[in-house]
Amino acid sequence: MEKSITNNKKMIGVVLLIILALPIIVQDNNFRHIMILFVLYAALGEAWNIITGYAGQTSFGHAAFFGIGAYTSTVLLWKFDIIPWIGMLIGGIIAVVVAIIVSYPAFKLTGHYFAIATLAIGEIMLQLFVSWEYVEGATGIMLPIKENGYKYMQFHPMNKLSYYYIVFGLFVITVITAYIVGNSKMGFYLKAIKENPDAAQSIGINVTRYKLYAMMVSAFLTAIVGSFYAQYVTYIDPFMVFPLALSMQIVLITVIGGLGNIYGPILGAAILIPLSQYTRIIFGGTGKGLDLIIFGALVVIVTIFQPNGLVGLFENLFKKIKKKEAINDGKLHDVS
Amino acid sequence: MIIQIIISGIIMGLIYGLVATGLTLTWGVLDIINFTHGEYLMISMYVSFWLYSLMNIDPLLSLPIVIIVMFIIGYLTYSIVVKNVINAPALSALLATFGLSLVFRNMAQFLWTPNARFITNSVLSGKKISIGSIIIGYPQLAAAIGSLVVIYAIYYFIEKTKVGKSIQATALDKNTAKLMGINTERVFGLTFAISGAAAGIAGGLLSTFYPVYPESGILYALIGFVIVALGGFGNIKGALYGGLIIGLSEAIGGYYLGTQFKYAIIFLIYLIVIQIKPKGLFGW
Repeated sequence: MEKSITNNKKMIGVVLLIILALPIIVQDNNFRHIMILFVLYAALGEAWNIITGYAGQTSFGHAAFFGIGAYTSTVLLWKFDIIPWIGMLIGGIIAVVVAIIVSYPAFKLTGHYFAIATLAIGEIMLQLFVSWEYVEGATGIMLPIKENGYKYMQFHPMNKLSYYYIVFGLFVITVITAYIVGNSKMGFYLKAIKENPDAAQSIGINVTRYKLYAMMVSAFLTAIVGSFYAQYVTYIDPFMVFPLALSMQIVLITVIGGLGNIYGPILGAAILIPLSQYTRIIFGGTGKGLDLIIFGALVVIVTIFQPNGLVGLFENLFKKIKKKEAINDGKLHDVS
Repeated sequence: MIIQIIISGIIMGLIYGLVATGLTLTWGVLDIINFTHGEYLMISMYVSFWLYSLMNIDPLLSLPIVIIVMFIIGYLTYSIVVKNVINAPALSALLATFGLSLVFRNMAQFLWTPNARFITNSVLSGKKISIGSIIIGYPQLAAAIGSLVVIYAIYYFIEKTKVGKSIQATALDKNTAKLMGINTERVFGLTFAISGAAAGIAGGLLSTFYPVYPESGILYALIGFVIVALGGFGNIKGALYGGLIIGLSEAIGGYYLGTQFKYAIIFLIYLIVIQIKPKGLFGW
């Protein structure tokens, strides 16, 4: 069987290396900030892709897991002086527990009904945190300042490169996880469930269980990225980490890049994050929303002309190159 | 007190119902989540506001103009954007409308600033009926009655007229409808136009008592999504009853548990009902 670019390990390695090298070479703080956001959103996209791209269950509520991760590590650091690395793990575990609790009733639903249920769960989380006094409600939490270094994940004055290494590490974890899930037995089961849940059930796949596994993995990865985000911005409130806009941003990045494809979230984030950041820098200063008009218009244009995601463009290009090589090597006759 | 709360719940419920009616049409017929629906509301509120403040036309009298404008905007949404993504994967089609909503909302901010505007001196403003201790404002009452009439009119149109039947047929099975000689393209365009006009009426009525700003429509659209799913996609009866359930639970729940929880209650009600009826109240 011909290997497609999506499960070519070497290719993924090269892409990751380039992403790692860029902010080391370019010594500009603004650029590094954009790279951090790019990698962060790409990681969120990879995590979301597992439940929606692979398993076909559209989630509009992933901000819930992101927020849980952000709040868990922050509260543990603030109230109990627990280092964010442990907080991150605990946040991930809590997100998994929440995923199990909400998925059990939600997986009874299909299609749009499921999507709206996840949206409702996300909004409920937002409302709960807004009125929860123990975590300061809508006021939000300022992270306490601790000693410099990797132990507390704090680097003063802003050493962006150190933050970048951490978020890049998390990103690599999500990419590897997505790769393993995609190419394992579970990945094929999920694909079967996505194509036709009834048929999958009839050949003996436990549909609910595998959807739940996918949701758990996705929730855990989303939460650990959320913990990092809190450490990076050093202040969180519910409207920053639980909004529907964040859930939609994750959907947007992955679908524009390519749903169900390991390069999708990377490509989507690589285009949309710098675009939104630079348009904000150039046009956003006026406060008139010109940046978002341009952003929105581009989203419409891309979805009209590349409905299967930008990955499609690159895959065609890759195929053409392969074909040309094969023709040059004499393995294939040019029939066109 | 409780009667007052129930009445205000019913009033909001009817307005929500009208918002959801427009949304459920496009959702049911084209199987597309239209994220632009909240922006239709917002635009119609601005149209109503500008007609009032520039030409001194009362929001009630300007409704026909708002309807025509929104009918056209709805149709253009279909023919320029949605038509091109109708055969694309569902999430891509959704993102096209999401992108469009960003354009509309920020266009409003660009043109008219983020500041909230109010229509203060319409013929309805400030007037109210009081029966004993119960007080109902005229603007709210007009919005509720208007919503109910329009929901019924759309229901009648879809159920009883020939064009309505062709919309139903297209919703059930696009290809068979085409074989039966229905111009499905035109049906899709018409559905979007009606959906826009319905949002336009809701917006025009809302503008008499709700602030007009670029994000006015977001919350209504969000609640609209939940109502549509609660009632069952493409079901107008579902939109009306779903709207009433949500309006009432928002008012009653907000009163007893605190207004900060009223939106959490709405979403919780959806999650509970959907457990019993996984396809919505009137879905099949």
